[in-house]
Amino acid sequence: MLCQSCKNKQATTHIKSIVNGELTEMNLCSECAAKNGYGNVFEHFFDIGSLMSGFMGEPSSLAVETHCPNCGVTFAQISKGGRVGCAKCYDVFYDRLLPSIKRIHGNTVHTGKRLRKPQLQSGSAAVSEAEPAKQPSKLDILNEKLKTAIEKQEFEQAAKLRDEINEIKNSMGGNQ
Amino acid sequence: MDMKWYEKNGSDGEVVISSRIRLARNLEEYPFPIRCSADVRKKIAEKVKDAVLNSNSVISPRFSCIEVDNLGAGEKVSLVERHLVSPEFISDKSGDKTLLLLDDESVSIMINEEDHVRLQVMCEGFDLDRAYEQASRIDALLDERLKFAFSDTLGYLTQCPTNLGTGMRASVMLHLPALQSTKAMRKIAENLSKLGLTIRGAYGEGSEPSASMYQLSNQITLGISEKVAIENLKNITKQLIAQEMKTRETFVRQIGVQDSIYRSEGILKSARLISCDEALKHLSNLRVGVTAGLIKNIPLDLINRLIVEIQPATLIHYTGQQLNPQERDAVRATLLRNNLNG
Repeated sequence: MLCQSCKNKQATTHIKSIVNGELTEMNLCSECAAKNGYGNVFEHFFDIGSLMSGFMGEPSSLAVETHCPNCGVTFAQISKGGRVGCAKCYDVFYDRLLPSIKRIHGNTVHTGKRLRKPQLQSGSAAVSEAEPAKQPSKLDILNEKLKTAIEKQEFEQAAKLRDEINEIKNSMGGNQ
Repeated sequence: MDMKWYEKNGSDGEVVISSRIRLARNLEEYPFPIRCSADVRKKIAEKVKDAVLNSNSVISPRFSCIEVDNLGAGEKVSLVERHLVSPEFISDKSGDKTLLLLDDESVSIMINEEDHVRLQVMCEGFDLDRAYEQASRIDALLDERLKFAFSDTLGYLTQCPTNLGTGMRASVMLHLPALQSTKAMRKIAENLSKLGLTIRGAYGEGSEPSASMYQLSNQITLGISEKVAIENLKNITKQLIAQEMKTRETFVRQIGVQDSIYRSEGILKSARLISCDEALKHLSNLRVGVTAGLIKNIPLDLINRLIVEIQPATLIHYTGQQLNPQERDAVRATLLRNNLNG
């Protein structure tokens, strides 16, 4: 679509505004948008579609397109519109979506509120459910460190790690 | 009925008009809205309505259900002017737009917007914590009866990746006339974007928003918890409040500014025809005059209410009749005179 203002460049910014109760929509190129005061601040907001297609790269036309088995959307469609088809798409196209997710948020892992699982009714149940998932990961890290310490023949460090590992193992045994 | 949020003046009301929390949620079993058939959208609307209206919570009976597609154009625009729905919600033609609205208009749940569910809580003044608590309670209510799309790594899954993670947009509406007069807003906006925040005009277009009203909100939703995002926004808001108030001290001592304030009072109290833009400009000046103690006997909450009520579609909504632009300007002028000459 061409910019409505200069009718020359490709429109990249879509502006909806309500003036005196009338809804107007405009499609402008970035330069005309900046001229009209929609520069800088608005870039991140309205330009997601082109931002995503820019960073995701255009898929090769020779390759067989993967369709999301749930909603049927291809990655090319997502990349073009900047809109994901369904929840499952985030699984199917995870690797290809990740660069643009990183670009938008600077992060790729959620750290906020978690969905309340239906089976976890009381607070105490939630704690005992969460702990086994946490403990092995810490154990894994310590075991890995222990292996490295032994390889490097740092036996003092290895002994410390072994004690720590045993302590965690004991505490887990006590819980069960 | 309780007073609406925009009829009240809250904490730090000299600068902060309102605080808002918006959460984006989707139902796991259905595609995102742009991929939904009309049948599926209807099903989604039914499910969400049922979850809200038929829960055992005390808040349920306080919600009313509005089928937005059945409203006239003016009524739709009035919903936007009262900040109850997004402009996209009323302009998108895909249908089955349903709004669940709490009786005091502080909570609105948009169904079939950009995401299946957009939950929004507004409150007067600077009170993001209260808005978040309320949003969180209603979110929990929905979570009990609906299965939201959620991933362990990406958090709440949304149609647009910009909302992934918490799906939360927190924002404050700020009145920054003194900072705007120093031409500092562009620089402030640039610095804020580096901090993952965005600021834009709340009314009107262009780089000098009408009534010097700005909307400040968080941009990043992934890799940052709700709490931290809100704390960040609160800290920056506090800094902006301090800067605005400091600048206002010298601002209101200028004879030119004082002259504008008193002229604005005169115009608002005596004009017979006034456009929305002009009224907003004068109400903004009046607000400055009231907070500086130059103008007495006009409470800030009245000004806040008028800023919403003079908007064209809302004006028509309240008068209950179709008006041409000149009649609208006359009704607006009367509304302002009647309220301010009390």
